[in-house]
Amino acid sequence: METLIEFRQVCKYYRMGEETVVAADHIDMTIQRGEFVAIVGQSGSGKSTCMNIIGCLDVPSEGVYLLDGQNVGQLSAKKLAAIRNKMLGFIFQQYNLLPKQSILENVEVPLMYAGVPRGERRRRAMEALEQVGLADKYRHRPSQLSGGQQQRASIARALAGRPAIILADEPTGALDSHTGREVLSMLQDVHRQGNTVVLITHDNSIACQAQRIIRLEDGRVVYDGDPHAPQAVVRHRPGGEEAAQ
Amino acid sequence: MSILETFGLALQNIWASKVRTLLTMLGIIIGVTAVIVIVGLGNGMQNYMRDSFASLGTNQLTVMISGRGSSRSISVDEMYQLVEDNASLLDGLSPTVSVMGQIKVDTETLSSSVTGVGEDYLDMKGLTLAQGRGIQYADVSERRTVCVVGAYVAREYFQNNAVGQTLRVNGRKVSIVGVLEQQEDDMDEGGSDDCLYLPYSTASRFFSGGQVSSYMVTVADEDRINDAQTVLEDALYAVFGDSDSYTVSNMAAALETMNSMIGMVITILALIAGISLLVGGIGIMNIMLVSVSERTREIGIRKALGAREGVILRQFVIEAATTSGLGGLFGIALGYLLSRVATVVITNLTETAITVSPSLAAVAMASGISIAIGVLFGFLPARKAARLNPIDALRYD
Repeated sequence: METLIEFRQVCKYYRMGEETVVAADHIDMTIQRGEFVAIVGQSGSGKSTCMNIIGCLDVPSEGVYLLDGQNVGQLSAKKLAAIRNKMLGFIFQQYNLLPKQSILENVEVPLMYAGVPRGERRRRAMEALEQVGLADKYRHRPSQLSGGQQQRASIARALAGRPAIILADEPTGALDSHTGREVLSMLQDVHRQGNTVVLITHDNSIACQAQRIIRLEDGRVVYDGDPHAPQAVVRHRPGGEEAAQ
Repeated sequence: MSILETFGLALQNIWASKVRTLLTMLGIIIGVTAVIVIVGLGNGMQNYMRDSFASLGTNQLTVMISGRGSSRSISVDEMYQLVEDNASLLDGLSPTVSVMGQIKVDTETLSSSVTGVGEDYLDMKGLTLAQGRGIQYADVSERRTVCVVGAYVAREYFQNNAVGQTLRVNGRKVSIVGVLEQQEDDMDEGGSDDCLYLPYSTASRFFSGGQVSSYMVTVADEDRINDAQTVLEDALYAVFGDSDSYTVSNMAAALETMNSMIGMVITILALIAGISLLVGGIGIMNIMLVSVSERTREIGIRKALGAREGVILRQFVIEAATTSGLGGLFGIALGYLLSRVATVVITNLTETAITVSPSLAAVAMASGISIAIGVLFGFLPARKAARLNPIDALRYD
């Protein structure tokens, strides 16, 4: 297997007024190409920080983040933008589609920034929309679609650029359980097609759909392994004491 | 992402908030319109001046002799000699004697201007005859009571059949030997076609004090009119030994002075109008800052999807420049429209035919400046947008 994401002693500090908040505390983890990994944790556990770092929206304060062998922490803003564009496909809780543009135009955005010529861009965007079953809605505005459809459109947008990693941040958080399951099974399909999927969630039942769970608490990795093992859903307390959730 | 696509996106965003964009543009529109109309007005005034002076002649010098008592003067023959001596610069000479008096055709009184002139006068003025002959040397030397009339006089009082007829100037019978070609499109009383020319000798003997005290001199080369004026002044100074006894005036120089004065006034007015462009630019900056705040989330999404800072910067700068450029276009259109209206209004109110004609240079400058203002004032908000942290921007509501 080929290592795609590697965290070596990654730390992230934020200054909140006088205090320094430790959002990531010496995190070590590796994710292989083709894996479906869920990063789970309560709010404040550091999962958002992890997602920002994995997504190249932020860089570690300390430690090394290697993305496909490249040390991301040392790159300029311009290079980071290029990496986000080529290596990462984002799926957000709030879909984050551009409201004034059609679904097709939304899916085209990453391709546009990648400099894909218009014709090919259109073709690849339509392909991605077909993949999520929205090809017939390509002219609609996001506001004309249901939440589930909007999230599918954002999955299409993430897929259109053929990135190395699909990074989904609470993709079902704004959806009812039924549509949530649909979106989740779509992510599983995306994974089965050979994509690396990293799912960030606070919800154990959703995290269980992944192949592997990385559980974070207070900026530290407290579990990394099989989602169906009993420890995977156990809440850890600082000091190493364990209690059933 | 190509410039063209960015431009398309800018138009899309502008179209999405039409009313706001229009209000934003207003400052630019007013500024550009004002600059165009004012510069156009200046052009119109300069053209009007040029035309009025051209009818007076820009290759002409006017000499007025006031003399120094009766002790020193210069005779007509001496003047002719003076011009001949400086033939390289001076071309023609004609005494001009204006006659104040009553002109009558039968019982009707005319208000035509009456001038006594030399035999070369009509040629020097570029006046051509429609009928009959002009004033000749023999008319001058023998002080004949003949005259040439303008087309208006011939039409109004002689039914275009004036040659051979007579009229009375201060009671003295004068016969008409020639009729001039019509000069103006609309002949009217008091216009340039309402005139009457006599031999200057006749005019000075019978109708004024006997003295010839003003002359018209044409120059050989219009470009050297100032040299010609100097030569003439020097020669007259040699005669009188005193520069108060004569004046030589130069129409071209007067026109130039007038034009530069109009030009200066117009420049100042245009600059004042240009302040509105500055205000417009500040308006654009203001609204772009609001727009950046409103679209923080969009900017975050775009950055997450791989837009480089440069791309975001370009997008907002182009949007600002498009807004102000469009304002400039509207301003130009409005400027042209108002120029037309102003032409009609001025013509009707003042009865002077000033055509407000916007110059291409003013239009080019106005559009250039308005786009530059967009780029300049759009830059700050655009940089703010480009530098937004994508994480904060994505979280922004």
